Amino acid sequence: MSETFDPTRWRPAPFLPEKEDRDPSLIFVVAVLCFLACLTAMGVIAANRAAHAWTGQLTGEATVIVRPRGGETPDAAAAHAAEVLAQTPGVSEVRALEPAKAYDLIRPWLGDVSDLEDLPVPRLVAVTLDGKHPADAQNLRAALAAQSVDATVDDHSLWIKDIRRAGRLVAGVGVAVFLLMAATAASVVAFATRAGLAARRDIVEVLHLAGAEDDFIARLFQARFARVASQGGLIGAGAAAALGVGLRLAGGGEGLTPALPIAWSDLLAVVPCPLLAALVAAAAAHITAMSLIKDIQ
Amino acid sequence: MRYGRGSDVLSELNFSLAQGSFHFVTGPSGAGKSSLLKLIYLAAKPSKGLVHLFGQDTSQAPANARPSLRRRIGVVFQDLVLLEHLSAFDNTALPLRIAGRKPNDYRTDVAELLTWVGLGSRMHDMPATLSGGERQRLAIARAVVNRPEILLADEPTGNVDHEMAVRIFRLFVELNRLGTTVLIATHDQDLIARSGRAVLHLDKGRISRRAPSSPAAAMPAP
Repeated sequence: MSETFDPTRWRPAPFLPEKEDRDPSLIFVVAVLCFLACLTAMGVIAANRAAHAWTGQLTGEATVIVRPRGGETPDAAAAHAAEVLAQTPGVSEVRALEPAKAYDLIRPWLGDVSDLEDLPVPRLVAVTLDGKHPADAQNLRAALAAQSVDATVDDHSLWIKDIRRAGRLVAGVGVAVFLLMAATAASVVAFATRAGLAARRDIVEVLHLAGAEDDFIARLFQARFARVASQGGLIGAGAAAALGVGLRLAGGGEGLTPALPIAWSDLLAVVPCPLLAALVAAAAAHITAMSLIKDIQ
Repeated sequence: MRYGRGSDVLSELNFSLAQGSFHFVTGPSGAGKSSLLKLIYLAAKPSKGLVHLFGQDTSQAPANARPSLRRRIGVVFQDLVLLEHLSAFDNTALPLRIAGRKPNDYRTDVAELLTWVGLGSRMHDMPATLSGGERQRLAIARAVVNRPEILLADEPTGNVDHEMAVRIFRLFVELNRLGTTVLIATHDQDLIARSGRAVLHLDKGRISRRAPSSPAAAMPAP
């Protein structure tokens, strides 16, 4: 005999059971996928920032290799070149590097040679370009040639191109991995929906024969799997955010490594993940449920 | 009618039921009783022929028109198919919720109906805690709560004792008095013999009508 039941206080129960035995497994899988997707997103953002920073540094500078002409000392040639470059529009700062810097650069190639000073080592001039209207390599070459300075201008364009290409590649791989995660999550949810519908075929049939529209039944499963996926998404995103905080704190101002600087704002990348997981799950569940319900008829 | 590529389960059926009538469908196991009910409650389509219901051929009704037709039919399934995660009250209210009715409009009706079928004290209970007879009556309550124009019942007294079978039969008679067309598939020859109701006999997929027998004195009046 049950306790006294007051119909006026009755609230409709959900059509589908609120909990299923397989829910924890599905939540775990979605959480792992979301965790990996969030890490990918944060990694892509950090890599993009690093690539921008590197290209920004490289585009703001140029290196000029100065070769002395007959009778001219290397130091005099470098000083002359620096003087010419300082007067070139688009240049904000010029600095002739000490000979020791040049020796340091070639020492790895020649070994520990004691009389390096006897070699005709070219001098280097570091040029900082104007941030707003930078001179390009052609301007610098023309200015040096006009003053008969024998020099080679390296504006780092080769490196910049490679870094930009690497940045685009990282972003592309990141997007591909992210899409792969979303597709995997959708497949997992579709599989779970099929299993859920097969296990709850009795409910589907009762609802169906009681006059429920196909879309009504599909929306029940859609809402259910969206809720389960959003729980998994929240756990995965939370774990990824925690890891991001750990990396940021462990790495100080530049993140864990200067090569992949994680900023606090990067953690925002995890925010849409639970919603995206819910949307992907809802769409997969709806499509699967509609297809299966049509088979039942 | 046939399932898949199998042989005909039902063939050359041609019968009509008057609105507000009460009929039994009987016949040996495998005669096609359940299949006949499925045709009527739109769970199956005839491979040939038509099923004329509510002024239209329901076998040709488009998919989006079938839910509204189904809401006009109450079904007591042979295996009851109660939703085990829902209370007796929720199970009964199910067709009303699907029809989009607001809880305030039907709370009292559902409670009265459950009381009427003898489950007034079990409204809050889950189906698993109910006895066989109580489950049967709950399935009947769910089938009739929406005031269907047709009530179909597949072996509704199959798992209950004689006394409970009589009580269930009384429920059907009462509903029939309220205007519901009732069609009951059953093996219970004793119940049929004492009911005094018309019988459709199915055998090897074919149907024949049998005149109603005189109700025995043993059958209590509803």
